[in-house]
Amino acid sequence: MTENVDQSKRRILLAATAAAGGVAAAGAGVPFVMSLMPSERAKAAGAPVEVDIGAIEPGTMISIEWQGKPVWIVRRTPEMLELLAKHDSDLADPASSIPQQPEYCNNATRSIKPEVLVVLGVCTHLGCSPTFRPEVSPADLGANWAGGWFCPCHGSRFDLAARVFKGVPAPTNLIIPPHQYLSETRLLIGDDDKSKLKGGQPADKGATA
Amino acid sequence: MMNLLKNLLAWVDERFPLTSTWKAHASEYYAPKNFNFWYFFGGLALLVLVIQIVSGIFLTMNYKPDALFAFASVEYIMRDVQLGWILRNIHSTGASMFFIVIYLHMFRGLIYGSYRKPRELLWIIGMIIYLALMGEAFMGYLLPWGQMSFWGAQVIVNLFSSVPFVGPDLAILIRGDFVVSDITLNRFFALHVVAIPLILVLIIVAHLVALHEVGSNNPDGIEIKKNKGPDGHPVDGIPFFPYMVVKDAVAAVAFLIVFVAIIFFAPDMGGYFLEYNNFVPANPMKTPEHIAPVWYFTPYYAILRAVPPLFGSQFPGVVAMGVATVIFFALPWLDRGQVKSIRYRGPIYKAFLAAFVVSFVGLGYLGLMPATELYTWISRVLAVVYFAFFFLMPWYTKIDECKPEPDRVTSK
Repeated sequence: MTENVDQSKRRILLAATAAAGGVAAAGAGVPFVMSLMPSERAKAAGAPVEVDIGAIEPGTMISIEWQGKPVWIVRRTPEMLELLAKHDSDLADPASSIPQQPEYCNNATRSIKPEVLVVLGVCTHLGCSPTFRPEVSPADLGANWAGGWFCPCHGSRFDLAARVFKGVPAPTNLIIPPHQYLSETRLLIGDDDKSKLKGGQPADKGATA
Repeated sequence: MMNLLKNLLAWVDERFPLTSTWKAHASEYYAPKNFNFWYFFGGLALLVLVIQIVSGIFLTMNYKPDALFAFASVEYIMRDVQLGWILRNIHSTGASMFFIVIYLHMFRGLIYGSYRKPRELLWIIGMIIYLALMGEAFMGYLLPWGQMSFWGAQVIVNLFSSVPFVGPDLAILIRGDFVVSDITLNRFFALHVVAIPLILVLIIVAHLVALHEVGSNNPDGIEIKKNKGPDGHPVDGIPFFPYMVVKDAVAAVAFLIVFVAIIFFAPDMGGYFLEYNNFVPANPMKTPEHIAPVWYFTPYYAILRAVPPLFGSQFPGVVAMGVATVIFFALPWLDRGQVKSIRYRGPIYKAFLAAFVVSFVGLGYLGLMPATELYTWISRVLAVVYFAFFFLMPWYTKIDECKPEPDRVTSK
C-alpha cells in the first residue's frame, strides 16, 4: 500500500485545499472587518455647518462643532495681523508649504478674509484641542508669546494663523477646513463648492493626523 | 462513605485525567524551597484577575455602553445601585493593583534572571499577557465616558494615525468613526468585556503550563532539577500543594487588607487611581487643562513626549514608545551573563539595573507632570538610560565579573 502513494499528487491536493480554504477564510473575514469601518450613519454625520460670525468681537474666538470636532473662528485685530509676520524664523512652516489648508487659504494669514481665521481646533500632534491664549507675553508662556494657541497635552504652540512653532511635538500647522462665505456674516464650514477634497482636507476627511 | 468517594474518583480518573493533573500541577509540582518575598506576586496576579472578572461581571449588569448613558450609568452604579460603589471601587482599584503586582512580578524576573534559558518562552508568554493587560486597561478606561476617558482614547488612537501611509485609515478602523464616538465606546466595551478577557485567560493558562514544564526559577538562579533525590524529585524542591499554597495564602491576606483599605478610604488614591477630570462627562469640544494617562502608562508616555518630531512627523516618538514597551521580549537574548541571579552578578550589572529602576520610576513621575522644558530634558536623559540598560546589555553582562554560583540553593 504505502509504496504506491503518489506523494506529489498528495502535495498538490494539500496545497489546493489549503489555498481554497484560505480564500474562503479571507472571504468570510470581509464582513467582520467591514463592520469595523465607519457606518453609513457615521459617514453622513460629516455634513457642512452654517454659522453666523457677525457677533464675534475683534480679538475673540468662537468654537463650533463640525464632524464631531471643534472648529474655531477668530476675528483677528489689525495689531494681531501685524504681529503675524514678525516671527517667521521661529515657525516650522511659516509659508504653509505643507498642504494643511485649501489653496485659497494658502496665504500669509491662512484665511479668505485676512481678519477672519477658520481653523480645525485639533492639535496635529495627538488630537487634543489647544487652548486659546490671545494675550501678548503672559507669564507662563514667555515674553516672546504674541498670541495663539497652547496645547495642554504636550505643550505644542501655534500662532494666530494656527502655524506651528519649531521645537514642539506637533509636526505641522493646524488644518484649515474647506469653507466659504454665503454672505458678509454667514459662513459655511465643510464645503467650498470648488475643491471638495482637492487640497481642502489633507489625507482624508476625518484624519486628525 | 470514603469507599464511595474513592470509587467515584476512580470512575472519573478512567475518563478524565483528574488525579494525574492535580499531581502534575499541585501536589507533585516541586517548587524551590528558597522562594522569598518576590515570589508572592504571580499568585497575587491570579487573585486580582479573579477579582476583576467577578466585579466586572456585576458592573456589566448595570452599565450602559452608550455615549448618551455611559457616564450617567456609572454614576447610577455609584449612587443608586445597592453597594454598587463597592463594586465600582473594587474594579477601578483592581486595575491599578493589577499593574502594581505585575510590575513587581516582572521586576522579580529581571533581578533573578527568570527569563534566561530554558524559560525564554515562559517570559515571552508573560510579556504577551502584559501587553493584553495594557489593552484591556486602556479600553476599560474609555467606558466611564469622562473627560479623561475621551481625551486619553483620542491621544492613544492618534498614536496609530502617525504610522506612515496607513496611519489615518488605521485610526478610523480602530475608532469605527472619524472621531472617538459612541461607536468607539461600543466596540471598546465588546473588546474589554468579551474578547480580551478570553484571550487573557487562555494565555495565562499557557503561562502556567510553560512554567510547570520548565520549573520555577529561584533567588539563586540555579536549576533545582539538576540535583534530584532517590525519589526522583529535586532535593531543594517542595510540593506546591500544600506548602506554596499556604505561603501564598498569607500573601493574599496581607494584599487584601491593603486592597480593602484603598477601596474604603482612598478609592481615587489622590487622583492616581481615578483621575479627577474623569468625574466630568466627556466633552469633545474641550480638552482639560492638564491631561495625563493613568500612572501605569506614564513611563512610556514620558518617552513619547521626550522625542521631538523628526521629518515633520511625530512617528519617531511613537516608535520609541513602542520599542520601550516590547524591548522586554528580547531580554533572554540580550543578557549574556554567566549567572542568572543578581546575587552572583558583578557591580556593573547592578549599577545598570539601579539606573534602569531610577529611569523607569523617574519617567513614570515625569509622565504625570505637565511638559515643561526642564522636565522634557530630564525625560530625554532618563529615556537614554532606559534604552541603554537594554541595548548595552550584551556588552556589560559579558564583561561583568560574576561570583561563583552555589551548588545548592541558599536560604537566609
